[in-house]
Amino acid sequence: MSFINTLIKLIEQDRVGRYLFSALLAIAIMVPVLNLLVPEGSSLHLSTYVVTLLGKYLCYALLALALDLVWGYGGILSLGHGVFFALGGYAMGMYMMRQIGSRGVYGNPELPDFMVFLNWHELPWYWFGFDHFWFAVLMIVLIPGLLAFVFGWLAFRSRVTGVYLSIITQALTFAFMLAFFRNEMGFGGNNGLTDFKDILGFELQHGGTRNVLFVLSALALAAGYLLCRYIVNSKFGRVVVAIRDAEARTRFIGYKVESYKLWLFIISAVMAGIAGALYVPQVGIINPGEFSPLNSIELVVWVAVGGRGTLFGAIVGALLVNFAKTFFTGALPEVWLFALGGMFIVVTLFLPRGLVGLYQQSREKYLAGRAA
Amino acid sequence: MCTLNRSGRYHTSGFFSPILTLLIMIASLLSGPAYAAQAVDNFSAPLKQLLEFDFDIKQQAIEQLAKSDDERVDRIFKTLLNGDLYYRKEDQALVYVFSTDDGYALTGVLDNASLGVVSKREIKKITVNNQLRELLSGLIAERGMSNRNPAVRLNSVKEMIGQVGEPDRDRLQKLLVSETDQRVSRALHIALAMLDVVHGDKQKQLAAVVALGESDYTESRNRLQQVLKQATAADDSALAKQVKTSLHAIQLRAERYQALETVFFGISLGSVLLLAAIGLAITFGVMGVINMAHGELMMIGAYTTYVVQLLMPNYIEWSLLVAVPAAFIVAGLFGVAIERGVIRFLYGRPLETLLATFGISLVLQQLVRSIFSPLNRSVQTPAWMSGSWEINAVLSLTYNRLYIIVFSLLVFAALLAILKKTPLGLQVRAVSQNRTMARAMGIRTEWVDAMTFGLGSGIAGVAGVALSQLTNVGPNLGQSYIIDSFMVVVFGGVGNLWGTLVGAMSLGVANKFLEPWAGAVLAKIFILIFIILFIQKRPRGLFPQKGRAAEN
Repeated sequence: MSFINTLIKLIEQDRVGRYLFSALLAIAIMVPVLNLLVPEGSSLHLSTYVVTLLGKYLCYALLALALDLVWGYGGILSLGHGVFFALGGYAMGMYMMRQIGSRGVYGNPELPDFMVFLNWHELPWYWFGFDHFWFAVLMIVLIPGLLAFVFGWLAFRSRVTGVYLSIITQALTFAFMLAFFRNEMGFGGNNGLTDFKDILGFELQHGGTRNVLFVLSALALAAGYLLCRYIVNSKFGRVVVAIRDAEARTRFIGYKVESYKLWLFIISAVMAGIAGALYVPQVGIINPGEFSPLNSIELVVWVAVGGRGTLFGAIVGALLVNFAKTFFTGALPEVWLFALGGMFIVVTLFLPRGLVGLYQQSREKYLAGRAA
Repeated sequence: MCTLNRSGRYHTSGFFSPILTLLIMIASLLSGPAYAAQAVDNFSAPLKQLLEFDFDIKQQAIEQLAKSDDERVDRIFKTLLNGDLYYRKEDQALVYVFSTDDGYALTGVLDNASLGVVSKREIKKITVNNQLRELLSGLIAERGMSNRNPAVRLNSVKEMIGQVGEPDRDRLQKLLVSETDQRVSRALHIALAMLDVVHGDKQKQLAAVVALGESDYTESRNRLQQVLKQATAADDSALAKQVKTSLHAIQLRAERYQALETVFFGISLGSVLLLAAIGLAITFGVMGVINMAHGELMMIGAYTTYVVQLLMPNYIEWSLLVAVPAAFIVAGLFGVAIERGVIRFLYGRPLETLLATFGISLVLQQLVRSIFSPLNRSVQTPAWMSGSWEINAVLSLTYNRLYIIVFSLLVFAALLAILKKTPLGLQVRAVSQNRTMARAMGIRTEWVDAMTFGLGSGIAGVAGVALSQLTNVGPNLGQSYIIDSFMVVVFGGVGNLWGTLVGAMSLGVANKFLEPWAGAVLAKIFILIFIILFIQKRPRGLFPQKGRAAEN
């Protein structure tokens, strides 16, 4: 009971959060209505393609939120957060791969198509259990969490910080990308996992399933935001911010800096994994390209553009940059990399607090002006 | 046109000038007038006969050509044997044909000039029958083994070793008597041993086995294995024992050479890593700036090489010598522009620098894509860089790798000299150790920053010239090296050039030793994991910086 009370108090104090929840609630209702109930010919009709696209953006926003938690509040710039996203995605992909059963091209009830193609005769041990949804969900949480635990435990304990940490996280995701590109790994090589048919018995191509996934993504984003807000407002969150601003001082006061960082990192990794797991059924494919360092760095840009250390900014940034990306890659593909690169430069030079920071600044100025 | 000369040194001229004729006459006179006249007869007349349909006439022509001393005859024979010799229907000119995706690429037999790509209809093949083939291969071997150039002789003897038969014995022995070059005579001995080990008497057989055991040709090894089978079948234990000893010796040597070769490959990979990382060691190590656009500066260097070759298409041999300073200047200017335009606002904020320079790297990539197209550009390799240095039958080192090792060490030495011996180097070190104090002493720190960054970037450009000789030159060239180069710098120890050298070489060699049993990709993954773990143990790298500079 007290937990719910805390949550309610949290929302009461968080004006921006209330806007976000209202917006999420609105689209979670409006989008399925416009897609399913409005007839296809109508100008208000939303195509299933757009629903999927929006769902994808929401997953990205959740991922950006996860990064904002470690980077904006913990001061840990991870250039390899895509690794957790992709691992969560792979876990979900493996479940859906098992669901295909004998409907694959080769019709083998035991083995996924790519294994038949590679002439494998039995399922590798690490694929066992993925026929069950609960197991897959467990793995979606456990595998990114475990990787974050091992990596973070090693890195934070030996006080690898700042740039060094960024570079080794990049090396981590790069190593994973190389590994998953290998056919011998048993994750489909460079084609990845695809050709999914259904999830929990619901057909993936069906419009209803798409809408449910979309609503789930919106819910996950809302829950993620609430969790992050709860964390940063708690004592734990304040210590984490203290570590960001003065790590040595916090340590001298007597806090165990390593375990604070480690837990923050793990929570963020699990959130990223969940984002990945929601992302894969919507886009219908997961391949090693998701591990590429470029993806992880793009993610950093979303957060930087929106404004780090605000939670809200990460979501805004992820949505805006991805809208821009969809637009540019469609209309002016040449320009996209210029725009993305330019965004990096402009944001770091002129908008150190991102768009949300810019808004807050101008609002403060306006208020100050009115007061005077 | 005037193409009839002994050495083929003068190419067809577009115009027939008396001066050229005179020159050729002088050249002929210098090499002996009678000889030249004979060469003309032996070469041009029988060439025409090759076009005849009758195989007997062709045979006469070939036999006559064989008497000629002209170097072009060897290639004519070889192509004829392979069925790649054609003539052009319109003017009956003999051509070498090389089939490509677009059609058939022609090369003139007389002047070796490229004659463009044509369709199959415009050319006709010069056919040979089995009898002619036999004749040709015998003639090729004979011509090769009596060539004046010992390297050519050695090659033909080597080719002979695989297919030597009893009829060749007399010829080999005759050649052995007159042979002056030690390497060729050793090869001849091996060829004879190949015969003796099968056909000789007991005494000779044993001696031949010993001789073969000291050679490294795959053929001699195969032959020994055959002999071993026969010896065990015939219950000849003395011979079998000797063969086993010989085979073991060969095996041992092969393993040693293999290890040597792996070390060489490792060092060559290490020197590529060194080249890629050393500029970063300056910008990251000395200045503390994380330059994610470093790889793109290398890419700019590689594209500079490409442009230089476009500008001087007739002097490809010299193009690299021009490209090195050009790439240094171009990449250096880009570096100074990046430092003045972006990085100087971000000193002391390494994470922001990382993001901004990453943005720059994306912009540079797209810039190159827009200007040069997203496809890979082909950069030519000068002749002096291709080929390999054959130490023996097993071990051969390619020249381009050798040159890159030497080049990377030269760049390293030059950089070290700049930092230790020049006023700029002194100022760079002063600023990197204590910026405020350096400024108080009257050093223009801003200028030093720009110059240091320009120096690091210029070296990245120079590395790009070297990379253009090894990999494809495309917009993604830089991306593939950036992670590796950061690994090297971090592994070696930031701010320590020697650490970078040791780090690059040891990672290169380790990678190449892992590759045979783990595969290239897995080896790389192992190295990455190793470095991730290594940084946990020694966060400041192999050779951490000491003193005050290490504190921040």
